[in-house]
Amino acid sequence: MARPLLLDLALTHILGRKRQTIVSVLGVALGVGFFIAMAALMQGFQGYFIETVINASPHITVRDQFREPAVQPVAMAFEGGAVLLHGLKPREEVRGIRKAGTMVSDLSDWPGLSVAPSLDGPVILRYGSTDRSVVAIGIDPEREVHVTQLEDDMIQGSLTDLSSTATGIVMGLGLANKLGAKLGDSLNAISPAGVILRVKIVGLFRTGVSSLDEGQAYILLKKAQILQSRANVINQLRIRLTEVDAAREVAARIEALYGYRSESWQEANEGVFGVFKIQNSIMYSTVGAIMVVAAFGIYNIISTVVYEKSRDIAILKSIGLTERDIRRTFLMQGLMIGMIGAVLGWMIGLGLTALLSTIRFDVGNAVRNDRFFLAWSLTHYWIGALFSLSASVVAAWIPARRAAGANPVDIIRGAA
Amino acid sequence: MTAAPPVTKAPVIKARGVGRVLPGPVPVTLLDGIDLSIGEGEFVAITGPSGSGKSSLLYLLGLLDRPTSGSILLDGRDTARADAAELAGLRLVKLGFVFQFHFLLPEFTVLGNVMIPMRKLGGGSDAELRRRAEGLLEDLGLGDQMTKLPTQLSGGQRQRVAIARALANRPRVILADEPTGNLDTKSAQTVFDIFARLARETGTTVITVTHDEGLAAQTNRRVQLVDGRLVTHKS
Ligand SMILES: Nc1ncnc2c1ncn2[C@@H]1O[C@H](COP(=O)(O)OP(=O)(O)OP(=O)(O)O)[C@@H](O)[C@H]1O
Ligand SMILES: [Mg+2]
Repeated sequence: MARPLLLDLALTHILGRKRQTIVSVLGVALGVGFFIAMAALMQGFQGYFIETVINASPHITVRDQFREPAVQPVAMAFEGGAVLLHGLKPREEVRGIRKAGTMVSDLSDWPGLSVAPSLDGPVILRYGSTDRSVVAIGIDPEREVHVTQLEDDMIQGSLTDLSSTATGIVMGLGLANKLGAKLGDSLNAISPAGVILRVKIVGLFRTGVSSLDEGQAYILLKKAQILQSRANVINQLRIRLTEVDAAREVAARIEALYGYRSESWQEANEGVFGVFKIQNSIMYSTVGAIMVVAAFGIYNIISTVVYEKSRDIAILKSIGLTERDIRRTFLMQGLMIGMIGAVLGWMIGLGLTALLSTIRFDVGNAVRNDRFFLAWSLTHYWIGALFSLSASVVAAWIPARRAAGANPVDIIRGAA
Repeated sequence: MTAAPPVTKAPVIKARGVGRVLPGPVPVTLLDGIDLSIGEGEFVAITGPSGSGKSSLLYLLGLLDRPTSGSILLDGRDTARADAAELAGLRLVKLGFVFQFHFLLPEFTVLGNVMIPMRKLGGGSDAELRRRAEGLLEDLGLGDQMTKLPTQLSGGQRQRVAIARALANRPRVILADEPTGNLDTKSAQTVFDIFARLARETGTTVITVTHDEGLAAQTNRRVQLVDGRLVTHKS
């Protein structure tokens, strides 16, 4: 009895239509539950993907390229003027990052930043009668270990074995399998420059990203320079940051300072993030659609109550309840359905996520993982609740306003 | 003001040139030029043929409807400018309605129904309000029906519960629209006895619409309407 009057009225109204109330609550709960499970699934997958990308590749890659084409001297001479050039033959320059050595030592001084020089170029690996065309990356192993987490992905041998075995090569397990080679085997590396080098497998890694596992191999920087006939040339600086999310800004600073194209991991994976955005908007629209259906249920039940209880509303008004009181009474009913639906939805979401986490699927050995990646986040639960509460308030608002605005005289005359 | 004139009670409710026209392509005049002043503790019957505007007048006096001309004064206060929320507040504190149909909330017990206006107004702990509601119901001979639902009562009992609810906040005026219309003679007489006692003992003003000549004769004053106009105004 100590319940406030309006709450009491609201409760009698929705308890008078138990079945309809239960259906409405379930509608809301399903929407919230699906949202939570879907969000856990999507964010889990996206988080896993991002982590894999961040771990397997450098956070920033500085290349021996420029974003803008070279400015021709004639354009510099007539700055701001219109210059038309015919039959331009750009000078062929030796490609590579100039003064890479000083750049490396300069950048090493930046806080929270590790840098490693490298030279990559195409080579053909030949083992027996099998050829694979791959990118051979020449690295400085001591620096490289600070720049990628490749070392963690090693399943046999180590990156530092490259230092002790001058002709060593480290490759992905996938590549080794394709070649039919294993640890300790020797094979030939043939470069477009025509240099042939005999190399020995000293390490095997598996990152889970097949383009890396099947398309890349690591050798010593010096050997790469010999292989590509590009003595002392470095064409890539690979950078790792302690603050992963700062990659965009740091890349922009490096590019502004040195002019070379510096690509952050975000920029390198822009396409994938676009796909994530689409995924997320699909998820939100699906949940939105479920919520719209649930909101119709709430609208329906409250409209029915308003219609059925029009005499009660009239008498309450004649007693002295204000329009605001009446509106609140019906808004409360919507809120109650929304709240109970949200809590029930939390439980459904929790249950669905738990269920998803037990699912195992049979995948080839190329990927390490046989289960869904799930992100458990309290935020999903709050967003779900927000969804349901706003849907129920909006749905209740229309009939609540109608009830509040009804003229008691008309109803009492009609009932007499 | 030297010699005190004979004390006339200040009017509790007063209609000043009240008219009510329903707007529309063909406007309908429900009431026209009603001047009426009703004092404290008066027991007034509004009579007249069907369609003469009795209910319309009662809704206007009870601030459920607004006049299209003239104004209603309650305890000397002109209500023409009051907004909807203020009118609701006046209804809650000063007025009590009884209709032909009892209009009790079916989910609430007898006691629960009587407590609704009290709970809206507040002004006491839940236990105090409950005691007051119980007192009212006992007074109206419903002491043993308090925990029942309205559907478990007879028509006469329901109407008495409705009266108890109208009295919940100790109103200045009770407005009743054919409260005995659905009742047998004995129950109707009980209702009128209650009204008479209320007016006499508590000074509550009672204004009731009735078709029953015999009952109307028991009031202190009769107001007759014909075609939306007052005809007699005798005391
Ligand atoms: N909404 C409306 N539209 C049209 N006419 C109306 C409306 N409301 C009331 N009337 C008319 O106004 C007149 C007065 O109605 P009212 O209900 O006040 O009469 P009454 O004296 O209470 O009648 P009864 O004794 O039958 O209850 C009637 O002729 C009625 O038909
Ligand atoms: Mg009438």
